[in-house]
Amino acid sequence: MINVLTNNWSTLLTGFGNTILASVIALFFSLVIGSGFAIMETVPSKLARGIAHVYIEIFRNIPLLVITMFFYVVIPQYVAPMSGFTAGTIGLTLYTSSFIAETVRAGIQSVDPGQMEGARSNGMTYWQAMRYIVLPQAFKLVIPPLGNQFINLIKNSSVLAFVAGFDLMYQGDALASATFDTFNTYLVVGVFYLILTLPLSYYMRYLEKKLA
Amino acid sequence: MAMIEFNKVNKFYGDFHALKDIDLKVNQGEVVVVIGPSGSGKSTLIRTINGLESFSSGQLLVNDMDLSNKKADLNALRRDVGMVFQHFNLYDNKTVLENVMLAPRLVLKRDEKENKEIAMKYLELVGLTSKVDSKPRQLSGGQKQRVAIARSLAMRPKVMLFDEPTSALDPEMIDDVLNVIKKIVQTTDMTMVVVTHEMGFAREVADRVVFVDDGMIVEDDPAEQFYNHPTEERAQQFLSKIIVHK
Repeated sequence: MINVLTNNWSTLLTGFGNTILASVIALFFSLVIGSGFAIMETVPSKLARGIAHVYIEIFRNIPLLVITMFFYVVIPQYVAPMSGFTAGTIGLTLYTSSFIAETVRAGIQSVDPGQMEGARSNGMTYWQAMRYIVLPQAFKLVIPPLGNQFINLIKNSSVLAFVAGFDLMYQGDALASATFDTFNTYLVVGVFYLILTLPLSYYMRYLEKKLA
Repeated sequence: MAMIEFNKVNKFYGDFHALKDIDLKVNQGEVVVVIGPSGSGKSTLIRTINGLESFSSGQLLVNDMDLSNKKADLNALRRDVGMVFQHFNLYDNKTVLENVMLAPRLVLKRDEKENKEIAMKYLELVGLTSKVDSKPRQLSGGQKQRVAIARSLAMRPKVMLFDEPTSALDPEMIDDVLNVIKKIVQTTDMTMVVVTHEMGFAREVADRVVFVDDGMIVEDDPAEQFYNHPTEERAQQFLSKIIVHK
């Protein structure tokens, strides 16, 4: 195991870096997009709710790999060239955003409707009430389930390996087939993923206790 | 001058006829108490006044705004019509002071220094200046309701609506809240509609008492007359059954 590490340090580190980069980008955009669709799902407008619903159901119910391949193969063929890293990160973002949307929507809907009524009766507009009263409470409620989504996102970033995204899994595969030391290679890869996900997992546990 | 005027207002929830041909006029400066059994429609009635509930037919004028018009600017209406709820509905993520200051800042664009002075003035009126930095969860029910009253008053409304303001409170908290409302009645000429079961209080503050049953206004009398000689049998029955708090 140590040999795998020392002999291929820079390859693994590059992969690790790409995994972190893809995860951070996807995390940011899936949070923004997911929250946007979550809010759309709770507004009074039926049209907006309908659009959000269609988006969420599509990306939540298609396998991540299919979405990713679509961007890796179909889009370059008809629209514009795209690297594996980009295609993988986009796929990861869209897929995760649908789960985040459902999580945040549940949070918004579990805020007491009296909060909105109080704010509206106080003269605030719908959006002022959302921004200052409802959403801050909703996000506090969904921190623990969002943490789960983030952990899933990091693990799912291994989809980049299928589209030559040069992430940790991809480099692991390359090393395994070059050295035939599959056991130690995948062990090392697994440990690298744990380095990212375990602290997050424990931090979420801590937050859950603190917020309860 | 009529501040609130219902003309043949009807409301349906699906098949359920919640408000039946409501005719009610509340003049500026008048204090009207609405009583009636649970499920009679009194909450629905008061919630139509600030547009929290829509209605199916008829006309409702509040502060010269026609609420039967679908394009009525409810945000503008609510600047002038404050509401206090049974379950307080304080902003749980804000301190007491922020609860009172937020809407005037966002909606009225009130200058920050003036906003704080006005907020403190009303928190003093309700006796809670010592709690300005507390969060709602740190307050008792009675304290929460008094903050909610200060929050509404800080908008300087022309009309105040109270929807069962003491029904969710422990008995010993009820008087604190009622005393604050009495103080407002005595020191301002605001128009008020109060849904309550507190008969002693109603008798003390009301100019008129409206008795609602089964979605209809059964009786609409000057306060003293209502208590001494309610004309309708249903109102007599109701009055004889409720406990009068002093």
